[in-house]
Amino acid sequence: MKKIQTIIRKEWAEVFKNRLVLFTVAFLPLILTALPLITLALTKSYAGDLSSSMNTGSTEFFGDMCNGLSEADCTAVYMLNLYTLMFMILPVAIPVTIAAYSIVGEKTARSLEPLLATPISTGELLVGKMIAACVPAVAVTWLAFLIYAISARFMVNAAVFAEAMKPMWWLAIFVVSPLLTLLAVSVAVMVSSRVTDPRVAEQLSALVILPLILLVVGQSVGLILINEQIILLIGVLVAIADAVLVYLSVKLFQREAILTRWK
Amino acid sequence: MIKTENLTKKFGDNLAVDRLTLEIGEGEVFGFLGPNGAGKTTTVRMLTSLIAPTGGTAVVNGYQVGRDDYDIRRTVGILTETPGLYDRLSAWRNLTIFATLYEVADVPGQVEKYLRMLGLWERRNDEAGTFSKGMRQKLAIARALLHEPRILFLDEPTSGLDPEAAKLVRDFIEELKSEGRTIFICTHNLDEADRLCDRVAVFKTRLRVVDTTKGLRQQMYGRQVVFHLAETAVPFVTAVQDQPYLRRVEAVDNKLVIALDDPETYNPYLIRQLVEAGANIQFVGELRHSLEDIYLQLVNQA
Repeated sequence: MKKIQTIIRKEWAEVFKNRLVLFTVAFLPLILTALPLITLALTKSYAGDLSSSMNTGSTEFFGDMCNGLSEADCTAVYMLNLYTLMFMILPVAIPVTIAAYSIVGEKTARSLEPLLATPISTGELLVGKMIAACVPAVAVTWLAFLIYAISARFMVNAAVFAEAMKPMWWLAIFVVSPLLTLLAVSVAVMVSSRVTDPRVAEQLSALVILPLILLVVGQSVGLILINEQIILLIGVLVAIADAVLVYLSVKLFQREAILTRWK
Repeated sequence: MIKTENLTKKFGDNLAVDRLTLEIGEGEVFGFLGPNGAGKTTTVRMLTSLIAPTGGTAVVNGYQVGRDDYDIRRTVGILTETPGLYDRLSAWRNLTIFATLYEVADVPGQVEKYLRMLGLWERRNDEAGTFSKGMRQKLAIARALLHEPRILFLDEPTSGLDPEAAKLVRDFIEELKSEGRTIFICTHNLDEADRLCDRVAVFKTRLRVVDTTKGLRQQMYGRQVVFHLAETAVPFVTAVQDQPYLRRVEAVDNKLVIALDDPETYNPYLIRQLVEAGANIQFVGELRHSLEDIYLQLVNQA
């Protein structure tokens, strides 16, 4: 455990000395906190144009998402849900750069060999690196989400807030989101330990976010309406995938190939 | 301390190390010489359990490579070819990380000890990236010593250093030698090997020769005495060449180079014979071949 902690501290000390990385960690959450609040403020200004009851088109689009709410309120709920969904996938986007760099970066900086020469196990090394990449992203996302939720409470009425902040979203943000982050990070670490160029690692690792973007698009065009069952299903599947990927990344980490593939 | 038997490493079809058999004793400083691509680093990596051999066996510090890798990594120190420091982190932080990973009991104490010993204490809070090459190398050496390994592997320890920094590193290796540590040095610097090593091996995929530097000279050239004459040396070859105790006689300008096994006994006879033959001997000395001559001859033979 001490060795894992050492790797985590080492990664943070190194990564956060780079202001650009700090900026990339903070930038997305900042935007994602500000954007929904601005949108809510703007929505309020034209909410009067929307009817107080649902028309047929809206009923079809929103389905049973917000029964009993006016069209304006339901639009607000819809938008809040969309943003909450983005909060769920936000920590997946943040740590990919850090994780993708984690092994191949050390390889190119030639610091991996001294590290592998110590009595650290592959599991300790990779778990340390994964946690180091996941925690800041998840922490900053949670913080941003709490700011967003508290601010939203003052910008929408109680009914909208209750509908938009249903327990399933808290589950999504505080449970499923870290699991998704771990999934992205373990893929990125795995890629990082099998390529020779940090840029390739970053590009390949970024692909993991694609299915999640599809989820957001699906929700935004009404193809999928996220509900408790879908969130739970995603949670369970991702948890299983995480376990498999962490196991695989340890198993597929070949010290020898990594060292001797150095150019 | 280190024993290998037919240690072999192949990368696909490429044979990097071919049946290396070696035995290095406790407290010995062993020089591993060879050209680039000879397989020196591969050998060090196998002996430090970084990569696995494809054949043969190796025992390091009583632990078997491939079976006791964790124990080997725990008990040996390695200075890799490049320092591989964390440039954004301070010297203190760099060492603290490794001391913890090496399971050192008193991390701050050991870190301070080696930072002071290598003259880096005043710069302990500076980022390693701001250090000169010599300082970086010293920091990497400190890192290799934090857990007080009895066996130390140094891969090109003075490569790329200016003469002053190289001397500092060499002096430090001498100090480590006096502490009785076993040191395995891969180097191109033959003068360094000559000065530091108890024994050297010339290696190019397979072991060419292992001996003390003195023994190697003897093996390759025997002992040679050079007689500097006031005149050209050619006419005096015949005066001495029939002596049974001589191995070889060669005249080069006004020098007569004579190879023989026991110059202390036979030099007086030779001097007398040459003087009787009319030679004006200016001075006599023993010809010492550099390790470089021996190395180049062995490597080129390969």
